[in-house]
Amino acid sequence: MTTVATLKVWRGTDPSAGRWETYSVPFEAGQSVLDGLRYIRIHHDPSLAFRFSCINANACKECMMRIDGETLYACTARLEPREMRIAPLANKALVRDLVTEIAPPAERFGG
Amino acid sequence: MRAEPLDAETDVLVIGSGAAGMYAAIEAARAGCSVLMADRSLIGRGGATVMAQMTVAVALGAETDDHWRHHLDDTIAAGRGLCNGGLSRLLCEDGPECIRELDAWGVGWARRNGRIVQARAPGHDRPRCVYVDFLNTGPAVSKTLRTAVNRTSGIRKAGDLCVVDLMRADGAIAGAVALHIPSGNSVRLWAKATIIATGGLTRLYRRNSASTNMGGDGYALALRAGASLIDMEFVQFFPIGHLVPRLIGMDPIMWDPFRYKLGGRLLNRDMQEFTSRYGTDEGSKYVLARDLATYAITKEVEAGRGSPHGGVYLSFQHRSEADLRGAFGPVIDRLAANGIDLTRTPVEVAPIAHYHMGGVLADTRMATEVPGLFVAGEAVGGANGANRLSGNAITEALVFGRQAGRSAAVRARGMRTPVASRDAARPTTDLLAMHARGAINTAEMVQRLQTTMADDVGPFRDAGRLTRALAAIDELTHELGDRPAGSPGAFDMQRLDWLDLRNMLLVARTVAQSALMRTESRGAHQREDHPGTLTEWQVNQVASLRGGRLNLKQAPIAAAEIAS
Repeated sequence: MTTVATLKVWRGTDPSAGRWETYSVPFEAGQSVLDGLRYIRIHHDPSLAFRFSCINANACKECMMRIDGETLYACTARLEPREMRIAPLANKALVRDLVTEIAPPAERFGG
Repeated sequence: MRAEPLDAETDVLVIGSGAAGMYAAIEAARAGCSVLMADRSLIGRGGATVMAQMTVAVALGAETDDHWRHHLDDTIAAGRGLCNGGLSRLLCEDGPECIRELDAWGVGWARRNGRIVQARAPGHDRPRCVYVDFLNTGPAVSKTLRTAVNRTSGIRKAGDLCVVDLMRADGAIAGAVALHIPSGNSVRLWAKATIIATGGLTRLYRRNSASTNMGGDGYALALRAGASLIDMEFVQFFPIGHLVPRLIGMDPIMWDPFRYKLGGRLLNRDMQEFTSRYGTDEGSKYVLARDLATYAITKEVEAGRGSPHGGVYLSFQHRSEADLRGAFGPVIDRLAANGIDLTRTPVEVAPIAHYHMGGVLADTRMATEVPGLFVAGEAVGGANGANRLSGNAITEALVFGRQAGRSAAVRARGMRTPVASRDAARPTTDLLAMHARGAINTAEMVQRLQTTMADDVGPFRDAGRLTRALAAIDELTHELGDRPAGSPGAFDMQRLDWLDLRNMLLVARTVAQSALMRTESRGAHQREDHPGTLTEWQVNQVASLRGGRLNLKQAPIAAAEIAS
C-alpha cells in the first residue's frame, strides 16, 4: 500500500459559506504542501485555486496560507503522511479557495 | 449578465514586472510619461529575475582591466554565429552604466576592500561577473528596482492582471486587453506605447528554473499582434539543475555559484569524472560552457552511466566545511535543513530548461515591426544568438528594459492621445465573456505539454521526435478548443490555464517547427540526425502568423554595427 497525505482543503468564495474538501495525495518524502496542492489540480480538480509562482525557491512569497492553523508558505512547509488542514489566510480578504488579497492596495488594479 | 469591461489609460503600458519591466517603467516615467505596469502575479516578484541566484556579466574593470568590447567578443563567440551584433553591443556597452546605477540605488554588489568583486564564469576571458551574497543576486535586484519604482512618480502598478491580447487599431498597437484575475472582469488598457517584458518560455518544459508565469505569453501576444519572432529553436538548458535529494525553499540553479566559488566535480555513477570523454577535461575547475556540459551529461546518462535518478553527481566532498561556510554561510544551514551535507555526500544534477535565446524581433531601440510595440529583456530575440553566455541575462534585462522605456517614451510624447477604437478590444472582450461548454482538465493538459516538450523538444532533437511533438501539440490545440474553460468569475484557475495554454501551444509549435526546419546542430539546438554546424545555416529563422498559420522564413544575420 502506498502512503498518502490527506489534505482537507477549505473551498469557497464566501468566508461564511465555505466547505472542506478532502483529497488523497501519494506521499513522497521531501515533498512540499505546494507539491500536494499542484497534484490535486492535475489529478483531482483543476478548479482548486491557490497562488503560486516560483514553485520551489520561496522567492515569490505568493503561497502563504494556513496549514494546520499556522501561517506558512506552502512551498517550504513539508507534506506529511497524515491529515493536514489547509485554509486561506484569515486576516486577508478572501478571493476564492486558498487565494486571498495579499498585494498592497497601491499594487492592485484601481488601487 | 457580464460586467462591462473596465478602462484605464496611460502613456506607456509595461507588461511584466521583472527587472526589464521595472527598469522600463522607471525610465519611461523619468522621461515624463505616465506608466501603467501590469503583472499577472504580484508586482516585482514573479518571473525570472527574482529567481536568479547567480551572477551578472558586465565589463566594469573593477577586478582586472576590461572593456565592453572584450565582453562583446565573448558574447558573440558564445552565440555561435547567430548574434544580432547591434543588440549584443548594446547589452555589453550599456551594461556598466546600468550596473552602476543599481549600485547607487543600494543593490549591494559583493565587495572586497571597497571594490566590487568580479568572478570569472565559463565563456568569459576574464573575471567579469558581479553578484550579491549569498545566492541573493536576483532577489536583491528585484528589491532594489521595486524600491526605485516606488520612489518614481508617475508609475501605477497593477498586479493580478493577465494580459490576454494586444489591441491593434490603424496598424498600431493601442494597448492591451487583460483579465483582472481576482474579479474575472475584462480590462481595456489604452496606451500610446506598449512594452512586452514578460520573460521567456521555460514553463513549456517539465523541469525548469523559472517561475510558473514564464510560459512564453509575450511571444504569443507579439505574434498575434503581427510582430515576428526569431531564433525560437534555441532554448538554453542549464546543465546542472538540482535533481535529488528533494530540496525545498531553494532555486534549482543554485549550484552554479557554488561551482564559481568552489569548483566542484561532475562525476558519473562510478564516481568518475567523465567530461573528458566528450572533449573537455575540466577537472575541479568550472570552465565548461553550458551547451557542452549539457551534451556531456546527457550522453553519459544515455550510456547508462548516470546517477540513480537520471542525472550525474556533483561533488564538493574535496572541500572542507570551513571552505563551504566561508563561501556560502547561511546557505549551508538551509542545505542541512534539507538533509544535505556536502562534505559527506554528492547531489544529483541534470539539465533543466533555463533561458530562451529566441524572442521578439526588435531593433536596437527595442522597437518591433509593429508601431507602438516595444520589447525588453528575455522577451527580445537575437542578442545571445544560439547560446547565451552566463551572466548576460540580468544585464540584458536591465539594459534592454531601460532602452525600451526610453524609446516608448519618445513615441508616447509624440502622440496626443492613444489610438482609441472600441472595436480593437472587441474580439478579446468577447472571448473573455464566454463560458466553457464541456469540462477539460487544463492543469493536466499543461503537464502533458511540458512532458512532450521535455521528451521530444529538449536539447537533443531529431526529425522523428520533433514530428511527434508537433502532432501532440496539434492534439492538445484541438482539445483546448476556441472557448475558454471555466467562467468569468473570481480567480478561476481553469480559465487562467486555458489562456496560458492558448499561448503556450502557439509558442511550443513555433519552437518545434523552427527546430524541425533547422537541419544542422548549433549551440543550444543539437540535431542528432544532423550533427554538424553548416555555413548555409548561419541565418536566423523568422516566424510570423499569416492568416492564423505559422510562417517560417530565413533571414540574414543582423551583424552590423559591431565594427563602428
